[in-house]
Parts: sequence; structure tokens; C-alpha cells
Amino acid sequence: MPDNSSSRPSGFDRRSFMAGAAGSALVPITARAAAQDPRAPAAQDPSMPVDVTLHVNGKDRRLRIDARTTVLDALREHMGLTGSKKGCDHGQCGACTVLIGDRRVVSCLTLALAAEGQEITTIEGLATDDRLHPMQQAFVDNDAFQCGYCTPGQIMSAVACVREGHAGSEADIREYMSGNICRCAAYPNIVAAVKQAAPEIMKG
Amino acid sequence: MRPFLYQRATDPDMAVQALSAAAAANNPLTHASAQPLAGGTTLIDLMKLDVMRPTAIVDINPLARGWSAIEPGRDNLRLGALARMSDVAAHDEIQRNYPVIANSLKLAASAQLRNMATLGGNVMQRTRCSYFRDVSYENCNKRNPGSGCAAMDGVNRMHAVLGVSDQCIATYPGDFAQALIALDATVEITGRSGSRSLPFAELHKAPGNSPDIETTLQPGELISAFTVSGRWPRSVYLKARDRQSYEFALSSAAIALDVQDGTIRDARVALGGVATIPWRAREAEALLKGQKFDDGLAQRAADAAFADARGRRHNSFKIALGKCVVARALQQAVTMEI
Repeated sequence: MPDNSSSRPSGFDRRSFMAGAAGSALVPITARAAAQDPRAPAAQDPSMPVDVTLHVNGKDRRLRIDARTTVLDALREHMGLTGSKKGCDHGQCGACTVLIGDRRVVSCLTLALAAEGQEITTIEGLATDDRLHPMQQAFVDNDAFQCGYCTPGQIMSAVACVREGHAGSEADIREYMSGNICRCAAYPNIVAAVKQAAPEIMKG
Repeated sequence: MRPFLYQRATDPDMAVQALSAAAAANNPLTHASAQPLAGGTTLIDLMKLDVMRPTAIVDINPLARGWSAIEPGRDNLRLGALARMSDVAAHDEIQRNYPVIANSLKLAASAQLRNMATLGGNVMQRTRCSYFRDVSYENCNKRNPGSGCAAMDGVNRMHAVLGVSDQCIATYPGDFAQALIALDATVEITGRSGSRSLPFAELHKAPGNSPDIETTLQPGELISAFTVSGRWPRSVYLKARDRQSYEFALSSAAIALDVQDGTIRDARVALGGVATIPWRAREAEALLKGQKFDDGLAQRAADAAFADARGRRHNSFKIALGKCVVARALQQAVTMEI
């Protein structure tokens, strides 16, 4: 698969940083070594970085990371995808919610290495061209936020909530959105947004 | 978080070998240097807090191909240990024939965490005791054996009133385990010397003098499945908590009844949020069996369930609350339409 990370004009990740800092000759060498045995260095020494390829929003992103890196930190610190937010970093607030496959998960408790080979969708991957996803539009229409920090997680969670069939009533929406905390307490408007977007999303 | 080796196990033998290799024979599982990674919702959290410090992580998620089946049979149920909580909670036949299982899972955690967490990991989750989770407290017998217990005379509103010892009063936080223990579930375990099974009631160990030893699992052993005999359509899980959703139980009850012609033929009562381990209230069950149900009987059963409870400064309310939860759950189970 092609490596798209170097083609991002504003992307800042470890790989492009290394390519710029240490000269481009280094990159093919590490890439070749990685192709032979992606986890060979980690099998010897836990402090050595590990090569991993993540599929994010339809693109392959090849990263060299510490094995401790979560999907959230890989997105934010290594790919420049800062839409997913770090709230509690302990799986309690939902601000970091992304989709892995068709399932919503908290990316702060998901190791990047454990997500290898799976399709990750973040808030950046939701809109098509210049058209907002119906859930994004519904959040705008219903003023479903104040400070906006929890919003990317709310929207990713809401998309999955609808697809799971858990947006049939206001009670269901409240129950199945309870993993996303909004300290501005925009909850009534969030429920309204999910209700508005649900039929359009279910229509496909 | 401390550095670790990440390994991915593609078959059970590989997982068992990787976990065994790093395990000292007399090391309790909770302190084993190699830990299995399933959903990661407990492990990664506790590693970030520096409570758990494994030097090797064995990712067992690839085993899900063989270990995640949800298999309701004619007269029994088998649940793969790597089935995700959300998938089991949403399963039609589980909802119909084992509502206590479906609801114990549905009422736990959040939609995101239920998508991640597995059944095996769920029963192995560690306590939410704030002194256990905060390493700035030296004295935690669970974390640092022999160091004392900060919760005894600390803020212990969330702590246990049953199964406690003078070493530890940390609450077992899970919900699903109460359903399993109520239904006499069996645990299937894979280890170095093949497979073994044991009653779910023998999986967890009360704190006693060694709160750091939480289960009878040995390092290198993995839970592969749970099985339940019979069907339990007349069963409920009732959970009382500080918030309506996404919160651990202050008190919960898993109830399963077999009622014929108004007489309780069989009764199962388990308690959550109030005990140090998944808790079966056999004294309550004995009172219920063979009786016609009325509110007085429910109250006597609830009293019996908490007869041995020992409250401390902030958590004595759980005894009164727990009795109400048991009585109400019994009423719900008796009156539910099946």
C-alpha cells in the first residue's frame, strides 16, 4: 500500500520529521527493515520504537512509534489529526471517540499496535468533500455545543449510536450517549441533533 | 506508563507460552510481569496510573476468531471469553432467555467501553477503590502487600460491606459476574497443561489476609469461555447508582427465579456493589425456595442477604439500600411477563 503520510502538506509526524531532519536516505532503509519484520526491534528491547501501519480515514499511515502509544496519541501527535480530543485520557469522558471498523471506541485506551490492520475513522474522515456529514450538520443546526471540546467525540459516538439502532427515542439516545460527557451541559441540544440526523443516516 | 514488549498471540498456545514465560511460579496474577490484552479498558487505564506495571503485553485479540462465539443451545448457553459486552447484550436470545445477563452487560460502563471490553476481561476487572487506583497512597494491601489499607478509615462510601477483611474493603465493581454467579456458571480455562473448568463461584477469592491475590487463575492461564445450564427467562438485574447511566453500582442484585403455580421452585440471588467479590446470597435463596411470594417474604430474604454485612463510617447506607434493591428486584422478577 502507498505511504500517504509524506504527501500531506501540513502533516507533522515523526516520519516526515525524521525525513527532514536526518536526510531522506534514512527513510528507505528503515522502511525496508520494517517490511521484513515489523516488530523485530520491540521483541528485543521495549524502549525501541516499533513500526506500524494504521488505516485512518481511508489512507495508510506508516508510523514509527513507542509501543505505549495509544490510537489517540498516534492520531494527534504523529499524524496531525487533532480533531479527536484528549479529555480524561482514561476512557471516562468520550472526547477521544473514534470508529474502529463500525464500532465506536475510546481511542485513549486503544493501543495503536492493537489497531493495526483495522479501519479507523475520525471526525476528519466524516465529511465528504465540502459537504458535512448529516450528524455534523445536525450539531450545527441544533447548536449542540458551547465550547466544542467534546463535540468531535459526541459526533463520532452519535453516528455509531444511530447505526447501532439506539437512537429510536430520547431515552435511548440519552442512555446510549452517556459515554460522552459535556461539561457545558449541551445535552438537550445534542439529543435534538441526534434525533434530527438519525433518519437521514439510516436512509444511507 | 512504563515500557513493555508488545506481542500478538495468533493462537492459544502462543498466548499461554508468552504469558507463562514471564511468570514466576509464586507470583500472583495481578503482579505477573506479562499481562494479556483484550479490550484493554482496565489494563491500559491501570498502566497509565502506574498501578499495573507489566513488562510484556500479550495481545490476545486475534484469538477472538475461536473464542468469541455466543452460543445459546437448547438447554444451555456458552459464551466465548472474547465476545464483546455489547454483542452479548444485544443478542436476541440472551435478552429473551437470560435477561439477567443481557441487562448486567447493558447497564455497565458506556457504549464505547462495551464495544471494547470482553466478557473474560470484564470478570477480571480490578476494583475502583480510589486508594488502590492512586499510587500516591502507600498503604494499599492490594497494591503493596503488607502496607495497610487507607480506605479503612478514609473515605469509604463506595466500599464493600460483605466479604470484607481487616486487610481490605475494596468493592468488586463488575455487574456481569453477579449474573454468572447467580446462574451457577462454569468457567473454561486454558493453560500450560491444557484446559480445565471450574465453577464461576470459585474464580474470585475474598481478600482475607492476601488482598493482592484476587482470583484462582494462575499466570499463563486464560479464560476461554463461560457456560450456563438451563434457561432463565425469569431473571432481572437491578442496579442502583449515583447517576442513571454510566456509573458503577452502589448496590445491585442479580435475581433468577423458577416460579410454578405461584410457588418459587428455585431462587438465585447475587449482589453487586456491596461485596469484595461476586457475591451469592444463599441465605436469601434458602428463605425463598418452596414459598409463595409476597412483599414480606421479599423483605425477609433481603434482610437475610445482608445479615453478615459490616458497614464502616461512610458506607453503612449500602446495607439499607442493598436490602431495598434485593426486595425490589425480587418483585420485578416475580411479576415480569415471560
